[in-house]
Amino acid sequence: MNYFPDEVLEHVFDFITSHKDRNSVSLVCKSWYKIERYSRQRVFIGNCYSISPERLIARFPGLKSLTLKGKPHFADFNLVPHDWGGFVYPWIEALAKSRIGLEELRLKRMVVSDESLELLSKSFVNFKSLVLVSCEGFTTDGLAAIAANCRFLRELDLQENEVDDHRGHWLSCFPESCTSLISLNFACLRGEVNLGALERLVSRSPNLKSLRLNRAVPLDTLQKLLMRAPQLVDLGIGSYVHDPFSEAYNKLKIAIQRCKSIRSLSGFLEVAPHCMSAIYPICGNLTFLNLSYAPGLHGNKLMKLIQHCRKLQRLWILDCIGDKGLGVVALTCKELQELRVFPSDPFEAGNAAVTEEGLVLVSAGCTKLNSLLYFCQQMTNAALITVAKNCPNFIRFRLCILDPIKPDPVTNQPLDEGFGAIVQSCKGLKRLSLSGLLTDQVFLYIGMYAEQLEMLSIAFAADSDKGMLYVLNGCKKLRKLEIRDCPFGDSALLEDVGKYETMRSLWMSSCEVTLGGCKSVAEKMPTLNVEIIDESEQMEFNLDDKQKVDKMYLYRTLVGHRKDAPEYVWIL
Amino acid sequence: MSPPLLGVEEEGQSRVSSPSVECISHNGLGIRERNYLGLSDFCSVDSSGVPDDNGNNLNLKATELRLGLPGSQSPERETEHCFLNSGKLDEKTLFPLLPSKDGICSSFQKSAVTGNKRGFSEVKGTIYTEKKWMGHGAVPDSQSLQPVSHGKYSVAQASVKKDGPANVVQEQPCTSNGTKVNRTDISNNSSAPTAKAQVVGWPPIRSFRTKTLTTSSKNNDEVDGKPGPGTLFVKVSMDGAPYLRKVDLRMYSTYQELSSALEKMFSCFTLGQCGAHGTPGKEILSESKLKDLLHGSEYVLTYEDKDGDWMLVGDVPWEMFIETCRRLKIMKSADAIGLAPKAMDKSKKDC
Repeated sequence: MNYFPDEVLEHVFDFITSHKDRNSVSLVCKSWYKIERYSRQRVFIGNCYSISPERLIARFPGLKSLTLKGKPHFADFNLVPHDWGGFVYPWIEALAKSRIGLEELRLKRMVVSDESLELLSKSFVNFKSLVLVSCEGFTTDGLAAIAANCRFLRELDLQENEVDDHRGHWLSCFPESCTSLISLNFACLRGEVNLGALERLVSRSPNLKSLRLNRAVPLDTLQKLLMRAPQLVDLGIGSYVHDPFSEAYNKLKIAIQRCKSIRSLSGFLEVAPHCMSAIYPICGNLTFLNLSYAPGLHGNKLMKLIQHCRKLQRLWILDCIGDKGLGVVALTCKELQELRVFPSDPFEAGNAAVTEEGLVLVSAGCTKLNSLLYFCQQMTNAALITVAKNCPNFIRFRLCILDPIKPDPVTNQPLDEGFGAIVQSCKGLKRLSLSGLLTDQVFLYIGMYAEQLEMLSIAFAADSDKGMLYVLNGCKKLRKLEIRDCPFGDSALLEDVGKYETMRSLWMSSCEVTLGGCKSVAEKMPTLNVEIIDESEQMEFNLDDKQKVDKMYLYRTLVGHRKDAPEYVWIL
Repeated sequence: MSPPLLGVEEEGQSRVSSPSVECISHNGLGIRERNYLGLSDFCSVDSSGVPDDNGNNLNLKATELRLGLPGSQSPERETEHCFLNSGKLDEKTLFPLLPSKDGICSSFQKSAVTGNKRGFSEVKGTIYTEKKWMGHGAVPDSQSLQPVSHGKYSVAQASVKKDGPANVVQEQPCTSNGTKVNRTDISNNSSAPTAKAQVVGWPPIRSFRTKTLTTSSKNNDEVDGKPGPGTLFVKVSMDGAPYLRKVDLRMYSTYQELSSALEKMFSCFTLGQCGAHGTPGKEILSESKLKDLLHGSEYVLTYEDKDGDWMLVGDVPWEMFIETCRRLKIMKSADAIGLAPKAMDKSKKDC
């Protein structure tokens, strides 16, 4: 098989960057496996419990960048108890002991302690990039350690983490010698920051391209920062509250106009909507606009802003934009590929301001749309069928009707036909989230048509086991299946246990699977960890196999049962 | 057999006829099971070889069971499904009767009555109010709460809104007798939607986002002086109560609703007051006297407005009220006389 010397192959492999492709390359033959593993620099681990750090280190000695995901997706919605797991410390510890020259660490849904951050900051001389998404467990003290010790830090990107904010001195911990920052995102921090330190930091970071501020950064500081960093490509504004007649506002206008490179705008955590005109000059170049944390911006002011954004490719917005506002998006943003509409008032089911009309308008106007997250008041089959016709390119389609078992309000039918149209039309669909009133029929459609589907989220749907069976049988590329509150029981679960080894994970909560069923899976498939999560201690007192299981999470693994599970997690 | 049939028509969905037509056309098996509840559909796209006999038997059983459930009425759900989902009944027939943990409907029943879906409204209520109910077995399987909410679009809206604490009381009997709860619930819902019950993890929004948006809304309200979307929690104190409560003013649209909610919230204090706080001269208060407390002479409801003044609740239009209200206080009438200086002193003392 080896017609070329190793160095040549290695050079060829350098061009292969996608994880999937590299994984495939490593399977070709032993020598390719060897060459690939020594040349591999970036590794992605979708479930931190599927492999151990030791084995990772052994296989990829040249590792520079590691991406780890911890908790299951439903942990985002409080369905996974607090200390379920996903601790990064053992990984950092193992990597620190080894000779791995880690440069980048990207974590999602993991528990990150200050100790881990400190250890991280001290163990890897060339550490460059830390990206934490939806993580928790650390404070600004941990950030201070990163700032102080990582001399060549380029990227510190904190997205939607729960950080215990000890107020602000961490920014001052960046040494004067630190001039390498390219990206700094601390928008999720809730506390005060040292504004002077921030200004000085930005001043000495000529490569800074991405800066996302938190709520505590006032307008005059923003203006100063922009004056010092007109090269910014990505800006997250913290507080945007000011008097339109003030000197500060005029200065800001000038500063913004200098920033001709800004392509991505977010934040507006506090906003005075009558001052948005200062932003207009940069709107024409924006490709990403995230106003999903700006409930103060709505109505005409919002629409006027959108009308300036002709090049927008990604838009994250709150539903206060309304159907009418989505109509403006449809007319203006012809390049739109990704739309996310979040609810501004999620628990008031009667109040979502967008309905199926807005979605239809967008689908008609923005034919390049391929990724959708849409929280709405209601949806009709007719609308979904129209959307499917207008936009056959969906890769991600996540629809959340706030009342989760709501039928089509016009016909009172389930939404089976609508979602069926989506999966039939969008042949490249990889991710799908369903809601509304749904029967087994929609799953039949999914099994039949959604050939590329990798991730499926189901809630309050289906009538019987058949629903789950259609999906498991039909979706050959399925990797993640998460189900809550559906009537799927043991016969669906046990129909094809081998399937789960081809998937990353399966989550089932408030379904009909029993303890006996779960035990059966665990017995038949030793390469799966089958976890029963039960905080109510029912399992302790009642070991009846017929007992229904509240939450089950199973995933394939090469390293058997994990040792860090809390008491209420029972690994079968 | 007639009550369910009437039930179908009452729901306003005249579907009884149409599904059977559909069934006839799709029914390759040539057997037509007539069922008042529209369960007659044996048309099946992927007939997985269920013998007709069994199907028929189970179907009949289903019918019997349906009748057994007092007042269960969800036939339009069945008819919907027949209309769309030709394979549906097949699934139903396959689905054996399973004894349910809490002795209510079997899963089959579930599918017969409500398509096997746990009534969302109940799920919401139960999960919100009692964590234990999250335990799967304990959640009342889909009872007739759900079908009614399906049948009527507008009712579905109403049924989404639930009275939190009262729900507990209602949901428990649901395990034994769904319909009673169902009817009471519906009437309850239509009268006055109060505190919202929420299902854990629904809608699927990251908790970080929810928290941030709540803070944002509040801040924006203060900044703009304009009520934006989001919640508007204000503290509610009551003279003599050991701790304060918070209410979300956006959950109500009239003073009446707010008043009822506050009554319920503070009932425990007033009832307990005779013992707990040793307030002299207080009689043992009964439930019936409770309403009088807030409406009548015992207490008055006051609020502190943006300017820091204590005002009597009820003078201004509701919209204006929620814009200006910063906190609420349930004062004893005696103290509220001459509301301005004396009341302010009292409130300052209590703070």
